[in-house]
Amino acid sequence: MTVAELSDLFVWSAATALTLALIAYSVDLTRLTEAARDVRVPALVGAGAPATPPAGTAVAGDGTAAGTAGGRAAGIARSTLTLGALLLLVAIVLRGVAAGRWPTANMYEFTIVGVFCALAALVVVQRRYPIAFVGVLVSGISVLALVLALNTLHVRADAVQPALQHYWLVLHVGVAILATGIFTVAFATTALQVLRDARATGRTRLERPWSRLDGVRRALHGARVTGPAFAWLEQVPDARRLEASSFRQHAVGFVLWTLTLIGGSIWAEEAWGRYWGWDPKEVGTFVAWVVYAAYLHARTTRGWSGRKAAYLVFVAYTVVLANFTVVNLFIDGKHSYSGL
Amino acid sequence: MSGPVTPDAGPATTPGYRPEGLDDAFTDGGEQPTAPARADALPALGLRGWLRWAWRQLTSMRVALLLLVLLAVAAVPGTMFPQRPQDPGGVAAYLTDHPAAGPWLDRLGFFDVYASVWFSAIYLLLFVSLIGCILPRTRVHLTAVRGRPPRTPRRLGRFPAQGGGTSPDAPRDVVERAAAVLRRRRLGVPGFRVDVHDEGAGVWSASAERGYLRETGNLVFHLALVGLLIAIATGQMLHYRGQAIVVQGTGFANVQAAYDTFERGSAFDPADLVPFTMRLDDFEARFDPETLQSRDFTAHVTVTEPGGEPEDRTIKVNHPTVAGGAKVYLQGNGYAPAVTVHDAAGEVAFSGPVPFLPQDDVYTSRGVVKVPDVSGDQPQVGLVGFLLPTAQEPVPGLWRSVHPQPDDPLLVLSVWSGNLGLDTGVPQNVYRLDESRMEQAVDADGDVVTLYVRPGDTVELPDGLGTLTFDDLPRFVALDLRHDPSLTWVLTFSLLALAGLTASLFAPRRRIWVRAAPATATDEGPGSAATVVTAAGLARGDDVGLQPELDRVLADVLGAPRPSHTPTGPDVPQEDRS
Repeated sequence: MTVAELSDLFVWSAATALTLALIAYSVDLTRLTEAARDVRVPALVGAGAPATPPAGTAVAGDGTAAGTAGGRAAGIARSTLTLGALLLLVAIVLRGVAAGRWPTANMYEFTIVGVFCALAALVVVQRRYPIAFVGVLVSGISVLALVLALNTLHVRADAVQPALQHYWLVLHVGVAILATGIFTVAFATTALQVLRDARATGRTRLERPWSRLDGVRRALHGARVTGPAFAWLEQVPDARRLEASSFRQHAVGFVLWTLTLIGGSIWAEEAWGRYWGWDPKEVGTFVAWVVYAAYLHARTTRGWSGRKAAYLVFVAYTVVLANFTVVNLFIDGKHSYSGL
Repeated sequence: MSGPVTPDAGPATTPGYRPEGLDDAFTDGGEQPTAPARADALPALGLRGWLRWAWRQLTSMRVALLLLVLLAVAAVPGTMFPQRPQDPGGVAAYLTDHPAAGPWLDRLGFFDVYASVWFSAIYLLLFVSLIGCILPRTRVHLTAVRGRPPRTPRRLGRFPAQGGGTSPDAPRDVVERAAAVLRRRRLGVPGFRVDVHDEGAGVWSASAERGYLRETGNLVFHLALVGLLIAIATGQMLHYRGQAIVVQGTGFANVQAAYDTFERGSAFDPADLVPFTMRLDDFEARFDPETLQSRDFTAHVTVTEPGGEPEDRTIKVNHPTVAGGAKVYLQGNGYAPAVTVHDAAGEVAFSGPVPFLPQDDVYTSRGVVKVPDVSGDQPQVGLVGFLLPTAQEPVPGLWRSVHPQPDDPLLVLSVWSGNLGLDTGVPQNVYRLDESRMEQAVDADGDVVTLYVRPGDTVELPDGLGTLTFDDLPRFVALDLRHDPSLTWVLTFSLLALAGLTASLFAPRRRIWVRAAPATATDEGPGSAATVVTAAGLARGDDVGLQPELDRVLADVLGAPRPSHTPTGPDVPQEDRS
C-alpha cells in the first residue's frame, strides 16, 4: 500500500467517524426535542388555565439546561468529531508526503483540508456553545463533502505544474480554505439563529393560509418551525446570542477572506503578470467579499439587523460554495488546473 | 428580537449610549430628512434642499448597502459571458452563435462588464457614498480622540456589565487606585483614558474609555479603499504591457515595434520605453515522465540595460525578472522550426525560424510558413500544418505526437500557392493563412499533397514550386512585459485596508465606570467596610470580554476576586419590564 492510498484510507475513516458524529448529534437533537416537550408539558399543566405562558419562557434560553442534562449522545458526538478531525489531519499530512509538497493544489485537497478547518472551527465553537444543531449541519456538510471529494474529485497525489510552484500555494490557498471552513460553521450558526428567531417570534409562513397551495401547506405542517418538531430550539441560546456568536465567526472569516484576496493578487502579479484580471475565480471571491461586507454593514443598519442580515449570509455562503464548485468545474478560467 | 438592536442615539451618558461611529454616522444621515418635524418645510424644499436630500440618501447606510448588493450582482455576468479583454475569440464566437441577442448584449456592455457604464456607475456611486460618509465621521472621530470619557452616570444598575464590592479604604483612595489600574497598559495595548470626578458628599468616581482604535481602524479601512481605487486608476493611466515572442538564439529590443501586441495607458508615452535588449540563450523544459504534465520551465536570457554590461538572468513561471523598469514574465513556450525555402529559380525565398503554437500537452503545434518573396512572377507559397515533437504513426497515414520533448520531430505540411494577401494593408494573423486567393496543391489523383519533413531533410514542393529544408528546431518563449508604477501603492493601500479592517472588527471599544461612596448604616456586609464600590461597563457592539475586564479591574482595586454578575445581554442595558 502506498502512502497516497493510506491517505485515502484515512479520509474514508474520517468520513466514517464523522457519520457517527452526525448520527450522535442527531440523536442528541432528538433528545433535546423530547426534553423540551417534557419541560413544556408540566408548565402547561401547572398553569392550569388556557392562558399558557408563551413558548420558550419555561426553559432557560442560554443552553445550559441542555448542557447539564448530559446525555451519552452528546459525549459520543464530541469524541467522534474530534476523532474524525484527527484522522483527517493524518490523511492530509500523508497526502502531502505522498505528493512531496503542500497538499492544497487541487479541488480534492482543498475539500479535505477545508473540511478539516470546518471541523476545527466547530470544535472551538462547541466548547463555548455546545449546540447539537450546528454539529448536525457542519458534520453533515463535512461527510457529504468528503464522500464527494473521494468519489468525484479525487486525483492522484503528484507534483504540480510550474504555475503552482510557489510558497503562495501554502499561504493563499491555505488561508482561503481556512476562511471557507470558518464560514461554514458561521453559516450553520446563522441558520440556527434564523430558526430560533422564527420560533421565538412565532413566525412561520406555514400558519398563514395560502390561497392556492393549501395542500402543500398542510403537507408541510409538521415541519413548521413553531411546531413540536422544532421544540429543541428552545434549548439553544437565544437568537441575540447566536447572532453575536455568528458575527464573531464571520469577522474572523471576513478578515481571512480579505487576506485571500490580497494574497491571491500578489501571487497573480508574480505568476500571470497582473494583480487583478477579472478571472472567474477572482470575480467569485470578490462577489463573496462584497456580500459579506454587505452583511457586516447590514447588521449595524436599523431595520436590517438580525434576520435580514442573516439572509445576506445565506447568499454569501452560497457564493463561496459556487465559487469553489461551479467556477472550477464548469467555467474556464485561469484557476482551472488539471481539470479539478 | 435578534440582532444588535440598540436604542436610539442619545446623550453619551444615558444608558442607551451609542458610541459615535459606524451606525450613527450612517443611519442618522438617512433618517433626518423624513423626520416629521420637517414636514411643513417640504413644499419649499427647493433645488438646494433636494440636492441635500439626495446627498443624504446617497450617504445613508441603506443606499450604501443597496449599492454593495448591486455591485455583487453586477459582477456576476462577467463570468457568464466571454469578456473582450480576456477572451476576444470567445466574444466573436458568441456573436456568431447568437445573431439576435449578441449585438444587444454587446451594446449593453455585457462583453466588457467591468468597464461598462453601469458597472462603473455602481462602484463610483459606492465610493462617493463612502467618502460622503467617512469624511464627516473622520471629523467626529478626531474630536472624540481628543475628548474625555463621559461623566459617570448617576445610576450604574442599568448597564450590561456590573460589579461591586466593599473596601476599608477611603472612597478617594479606592477611585484613584481604580484609575491607576484602568490606565495601565496590558500586552502592549494602551489602557483606558480615565477621568476622576469628585461627586460631592464624599462620593468619588472614575470614568474610563478605551478602544478608539476600533473607529480609527474602520476609517483607515474605508479611506484605504479610496486610496486603492485611486492607485489602480493611476496605474491604468501609467502602465504599458506588451507581448513578444523570442526564438532561442535571437534577441529582442524594448521598442514598441518589437512587440506582437502592445497596449498602454493614456498617460504613458511610448518614447519613454527603456531601450534594453534581451537575448534568449537557452530554454529548458521538464515534464513528468508518466503524466507528461509540465514540471519546470526555465528561460536563460542575457539582458543588456542601456549603458550597462550584458547580464545573465533566468526567467521562470512565477519568477519574473525586472528589466528597464518593467517586469518580464515567462507566459508560454513552444517550438519554432527553422526552415529554408528555395523557389523554383533556386533562390532562397525564405529562411528562418517560424513559431508554431502548441495545441495540447504533447506540444502538437500548429503554424504557417508564409513565403511571399519569391523571385520573378512565381506564385507565393504558404505552408500550413503541424509540428510533432515526438512523432509516431500508430495507424498508417495518421501521425501524432506522443511526448512534448523533441525526440523525433516531424513537420507535417500541406502546400498552398497563389497570393498570400499580405499587400492588402489589412493586418493579418501570422498564425493563420488567408486561403481566399490561394489554391491547395493536389496530386494526380486529386488528393491533397502532404509533406513529411524531418530535421536535415530537404523535400521537393509540389507543382515545381521549389524545395523546403527543415534546418533546425529551436524553441521560442512568449514573454509578457509589464510596467506599472502604481504597484507599491496598490499593495500599501491593500495592507492598510486589511490592518484597518482587523482593528475595526477586533479592537474592543469599552467604557467602565467605578464609583466609591462612604458606607452608610443601611449597607449590608461587615461593619468594618468604609466604602461601597459599584462599577459598570458598556461596550460597543457585542463584547464577551467586557464583564471579565470589569471583574479583573475590581479584583485589582479591591484586592480579592469578586463573583461576577451574570451579564444580562451583550449590548443592550436591561430594560425595565414593569
